[in-house]
Amino acid sequence: MLLPRRLVSGIQHIGHRVIEGVWRLGVASRFFILVLLKSGTSLRRFNLVIRELYFTGVLSLIIIVVSGLFVGMVLGLQGYETLQKYGSESAVGTLVALSLVRELGPVVAALLFASRAGSAITAEIGLMKATEQLAAMGMMAVDPIARVVAPRFWSGVISMPFLAAIFSVMGVFGGYLVTVVFIGVDEGSYWSQMQSAVDFRFDIMNGFIKSCYFGVAVTAIAVFEGYDAPPTAEGVSGATTRTVVTSSLVILGLDFILTAFMFRGVS
Amino acid sequence: MQRTTMDLWVGLFVVMGVIALMILSLKVGNLNVYNPSQSYVISGNFENIGGLKVRAPVKSAGVVVGRVTDIQFSTQTYDAVVTMSMDSRFLFPKDTFASILTSGLLGEQYIGLAAGGDEAMLKDGDKIMKTNSAMVLEELIGRFLFNKASEDDSL
Repeated sequence: MLLPRRLVSGIQHIGHRVIEGVWRLGVASRFFILVLLKSGTSLRRFNLVIRELYFTGVLSLIIIVVSGLFVGMVLGLQGYETLQKYGSESAVGTLVALSLVRELGPVVAALLFASRAGSAITAEIGLMKATEQLAAMGMMAVDPIARVVAPRFWSGVISMPFLAAIFSVMGVFGGYLVTVVFIGVDEGSYWSQMQSAVDFRFDIMNGFIKSCYFGVAVTAIAVFEGYDAPPTAEGVSGATTRTVVTSSLVILGLDFILTAFMFRGVS
Repeated sequence: MQRTTMDLWVGLFVVMGVIALMILSLKVGNLNVYNPSQSYVISGNFENIGGLKVRAPVKSAGVVVGRVTDIQFSTQTYDAVVTMSMDSRFLFPKDTFASILTSGLLGEQYIGLAAGGDEAMLKDGDKIMKTNSAMVLEELIGRFLFNKASEDDSL
């Protein structure tokens, strides 16, 4: 029996895409292990990491601080609107703090980090590859993975938890600004209800661990896409787009898995 | 080692991150109120725990003195065994009365402790003998209607 030609080519296309995807995943995993193995140099020469920390961490501060503030302010407003119907507007502090510390802090900070710093890392490494700087390093017996990729990877892993914590703090402050200063919720109940509801181990530590996972995921994707980019202008732009799309999807998927593990059976 | 302005900015960034984490744990969280490392464990049997959940606070006079760590169903007595981890700074007499209360009309449920007059204190692994179940709305309404009906009969 002969299948129609178009159907066959369609199935072939799907199969090709799947095999290609699995292949890329394998290469990415091998690359990730390679980066970890070769990060000894970058940790010994910590100046390289500090330089990258400036670009990924310090320069991301403005977007993190401003968005954290506004997310907290919106949470405060919306939370107040709903809670005051039940006469429990003093619980707005709990609502703002729990949603920020558990979910929004790590996730939104990681999404912003992926589009602010992840794309920059990909574009930089991709362009270095396109202009054959990486090949030139190899010629001079300087390992480009140890010299270029590993410092960027570690800078992202280090700065992500800090950025998430700053985001959460700014959000709590934003919620305070809107609900206590502008609307006039009692200041004491804002802080005390928050403190009695937010648990150090369950909420803050789990949020911290989440942001560490996101930091590893985003920077690993960013450096791999940059290193793997086709050495053309088009290739680099495609790789940058893929970094943002893939890491956003990975962040959200990973967030669901981590939340399911961390908060299952907890009120 | 040569110092650059970049180092200063990165140092400032790290300091900000650490301060943010400290604010989260001290101001937003309750690290200073309750330290689970120094604690003792007590338990109590409740006929009905209502909506009590693991990690619910244990309060006495409104102050958090511990947390619920485990809730199990006992097939020997057919009631709920609630295990509580208590802050070791606060000791309670053996005849302390434990009841399940609700904070506010729609609030969370917690365990309220009312101290008794016994000389001996509750130790690690002890059991609270005097307990009071959670208030279940349906039972309350049922009891009210039953009383009302019996009043009408007697007239």
